[in-house]
Amino acid sequence: MSVVKSVTCPVCGCLCDDIELTVEDGKVTHVRKGCAMCESKFLNYVSEHRVKTPLVRKDGKLVPTSYEDAIHKSAEILANAKYPILYGWSSTDCEAQRIGVELAEEVGGVLDNTAVVCHGPSIIGVQEAGIPTSTLGQIRHRADLIIYWGCDPWSAHPRHLERYTAFTDGRFEDSEWMSYINKVKASVGKKKLSSVKRRSFQCETEYEKISDNKPPVDLNKEGRKLVVVDVRESMTAKVADYFVQVKPGKDYEIMAAIRSIVNEEELDVDEVGGVPVEYLEEIVDTMVNAKFGVIFFGMGLTQSAGKFRNIELAISLTRDLNRRTKFVILPMRGHFNVTGANTVFTWQSGYPYAIDFSLGYPKYNPGETTCVDVLLREQSDAALVIASDPVSNFPRKAAEHLVKNPLIVIDPHMNVTSMVGDVVFPSAVVGVEKAGTAYRMDHVPLPLKKVVEPPEGLLSDEEILRRIVEDVRVIKSQKKEAN
Amino acid sequence: MELLIKNGFIFDPINEINGEKMDIAIRNGKIVESVNDQKARVIDATGLTVMPGGVDIHSHIAGGEVNMGRLLRPEDHVKDVERKTALTRSGVGYSIPSTFTTGYRYSKMGYTTVMNPSMAPLGAKHTHEELNDIPMLDKATYPLIGDWWFVLEYLKQGDIEACARHVAWMMNTTKGYAIKIVNPGGLESWGFGRNVHSIDDQVPNFGITPREIVRGLVKVNNMLNLPHTIHLHTNNLGLPGNYTTTLDTMKALEDLSTDGKPICHITHLQFSSFAGDDWGSMHSAADEVSKYINNRSHMTFDMGQVIFTDTTTMTADGPFEFTLFELSGHKWVNSDVETETSGGIIPFHYKRKNPVNAIQWSTALELALLIKDPWKIFMTTDHPNGGPFISYPKIIAWLTSRKARMAVLKKCHKKAQKKSLLPSIKRELSLYELAIVTRAGQAKALGLTNKGHLGVGADADISVYNVNPETTDIAQKPKLVRRAFSDAAYTIKDGNIVVKDGKIVQTVSGKTMWLDIDIAKEVELDDEMKRRFKEYWTVEYDNYPVFDHYVKVSSPITVKADV
Repeated sequence: MSVVKSVTCPVCGCLCDDIELTVEDGKVTHVRKGCAMCESKFLNYVSEHRVKTPLVRKDGKLVPTSYEDAIHKSAEILANAKYPILYGWSSTDCEAQRIGVELAEEVGGVLDNTAVVCHGPSIIGVQEAGIPTSTLGQIRHRADLIIYWGCDPWSAHPRHLERYTAFTDGRFEDSEWMSYINKVKASVGKKKLSSVKRRSFQCETEYEKISDNKPPVDLNKEGRKLVVVDVRESMTAKVADYFVQVKPGKDYEIMAAIRSIVNEEELDVDEVGGVPVEYLEEIVDTMVNAKFGVIFFGMGLTQSAGKFRNIELAISLTRDLNRRTKFVILPMRGHFNVTGANTVFTWQSGYPYAIDFSLGYPKYNPGETTCVDVLLREQSDAALVIASDPVSNFPRKAAEHLVKNPLIVIDPHMNVTSMVGDVVFPSAVVGVEKAGTAYRMDHVPLPLKKVVEPPEGLLSDEEILRRIVEDVRVIKSQKKEAN
Repeated sequence: MELLIKNGFIFDPINEINGEKMDIAIRNGKIVESVNDQKARVIDATGLTVMPGGVDIHSHIAGGEVNMGRLLRPEDHVKDVERKTALTRSGVGYSIPSTFTTGYRYSKMGYTTVMNPSMAPLGAKHTHEELNDIPMLDKATYPLIGDWWFVLEYLKQGDIEACARHVAWMMNTTKGYAIKIVNPGGLESWGFGRNVHSIDDQVPNFGITPREIVRGLVKVNNMLNLPHTIHLHTNNLGLPGNYTTTLDTMKALEDLSTDGKPICHITHLQFSSFAGDDWGSMHSAADEVSKYINNRSHMTFDMGQVIFTDTTTMTADGPFEFTLFELSGHKWVNSDVETETSGGIIPFHYKRKNPVNAIQWSTALELALLIKDPWKIFMTTDHPNGGPFISYPKIIAWLTSRKARMAVLKKCHKKAQKKSLLPSIKRELSLYELAIVTRAGQAKALGLTNKGHLGVGADADISVYNVNPETTDIAQKPKLVRRAFSDAAYTIKDGNIVVKDGKIVQTVSGKTMWLDIDIAKEVELDDEMKRRFKEYWTVEYDNYPVFDHYVKVSSPITVKADV
């Protein structure tokens, strides 16, 4: 038995790096400090469903084969394709992503990562307006106003609050955890009651107006304040000092109103997006009086009506607030290394995602070179999907075109995409069975550890990709000679 | 492999060789006394200029800040693309080129060593990963530690020795090369949106002044015997009237140089040499600044030349970038880093018809020409802040030809023309002086003993340019000079011919140099250190260092410290 300390958790964009694992007989048996998602990843990475050899499709069925064969088949598919797609990347390490760019360039394909259906609009927003941001530690040390807008860290980034924001002690600001504990207790009681109510009366709980949006009297208190803006009362909203409930699709309007008030403009209406203007004015007071404020935003902003315009506006609001006080804004990135994919792609090609290499140089035009759009136009003729499951979450028509053409899948586990793939590679689990590097949501690079050995004979993403690139080069040079 | 460069005109200022016709022999990547004429590959350099490979002391080419700039500006890349070839990777320019393109473009100009001057220690792994992907060059990077809490706290306590030990720890941990200080005290103040405005302003919450920080770190630098001096970006950078702050800073350090050797490098001096009370009355302080510098020897500098083009400014000086945002209204990136530093980015278009920009352009040239000793001021654009590094050949033409620079000045804003000192300056740099300001001087200031010269034992990093000093009057032929220095006839890296006639003919990785500081009493990871680490950062101590495998071709330089 051994205990491995300071392990980086390869689940979400928080990239908590203080996990302690107990390893017995080459298996992780106990997880300390991690959240539920972290525990489940470290304890269940070896499941009975895990494939141990590559598979290829023969007569409509996936049958086991050797790595050599699968790599050669993949290389042939990619080398013969005119316009392949290379998609996924957000749940693998930077080392694999680096080779990914090389491969995309070699085969003249479209390189895209999961940001395209996630925080892609945030990136476009940044390219429009810039971004005043900081690392998470700055927020821990300094932030006295924390706003979560369209995101629910309590469920999606469970340790975000305790490691980086409201529940942590910094140099200049203290943790507010005591008051939150009380709120959590109260909210648990409330939840039980409503659950009983729901079950006994079978009432619908779709869009329920919970908050009257009246700011609490102590919104301008000393110390940290937590504000949540969302369409529904999420778990994070329950522990917040102030929950602003927005009518669905009205985020842009509310934010624009707030920005106007920050810039000392008069509003001619009484209410915006379900929030009375006088309350908005109180929110602005709180923002301007904060010593250091932060807005975290999630998919509630990036993927709702307005998309990148929402983000551009949120950034503009933050910029304007910087004329009055200190304010930063950060996207709540999902996959543990989605930031890394954007980072690696950018340093090698100049662009963060949606990169088209078909002309021999990197070209970027979201809407045209984004992988979903290429699929919807039915232009691609092959695809390599790595560390992702687009068939289960892309628009149906896009997924259909993806499946119609030769499809290579690299993933530690079987998922919907691999089930319909033509060549399927199992790979070592990055951050558990393979060491590497990942970037936290605030662009801080962290090392991923190899804690246990992968099942015998299993290769890593990095190794598989490297061998595919080598094979593609051989095939291309043979073709050249033949001509 | 053996190589012989025959019959070139050699400009090797460190060995005081000024245009003599000589042969250079190379074996196993080093310059040697002689090689076998029969076996060695011979480069006929008859009628060509041969210099040591170019050395850039200050160019932002890698790391979080640079990459954020790349991400921010697709419009910068779309106009300047590089196709994949059989030898080279594809990429994009313009002002913030992708990593591979950066390496190739430097190499084509005959550069072989580039220093990345700004790295947030927390993002050090990122910087090194990018440096690994910059081919053709030897590289090193300077960690930003002027506003690091450990430094502020130890200097406040007056414990220089403890400060030195922790700086040594940081240098080893991040695999850095020199102490970089940006707007000392200002970056910590920027954590709450404030700034410091003179070298005697107090830093909020820390009770220390920029003067104390800079003096303290000069002492630390001496104690650790680092090869380079401290590398300083002054307070009030980029603001009218800031030259007094610059003079104050230089004066504050005078007594610390005991043997007449430089103890501080002020980088992109142009941005620190503005006179006037506001933007309207802003003018060059090159006269005052150069007068002071000409009588002293405790400092070195680089120009920070402005180029009239669309570029991207990026610096750890967060408050300054905010000022630029207020001035320009352009898209603005701010990126503060916990416990260590801050940063900012603004796209910027320097225009000839903008009086301030034109004065900046003129000021940098005035400084380079009025500071008499070329060993004191080197050629840079503070890439990409003043302009992209691919503009170096233009600057070379302006420095070596009065005709060339006057032609540009004539097209500048009238106000700038009137205020410019350039019409009164006759000086034109010779090829020998040019070799100092583009390689020899920089290598010497950096303490790189194997670079910047062509003596026996030096690294075989050599550039050959298509200029014949016997038949060409470079002052009269600026266009020819520009062409020659844009496309080197040959660039030789570690004895390999990597560029011929401005084309890449072979790719090499290049090394990453870093300081392995040997100190008597290393920083221990005791409970106190662990506690502070946990409190200050949001990452674990075990995950903080740049491990060996993050440096692809590692070239540690061992330094023996006095503590």
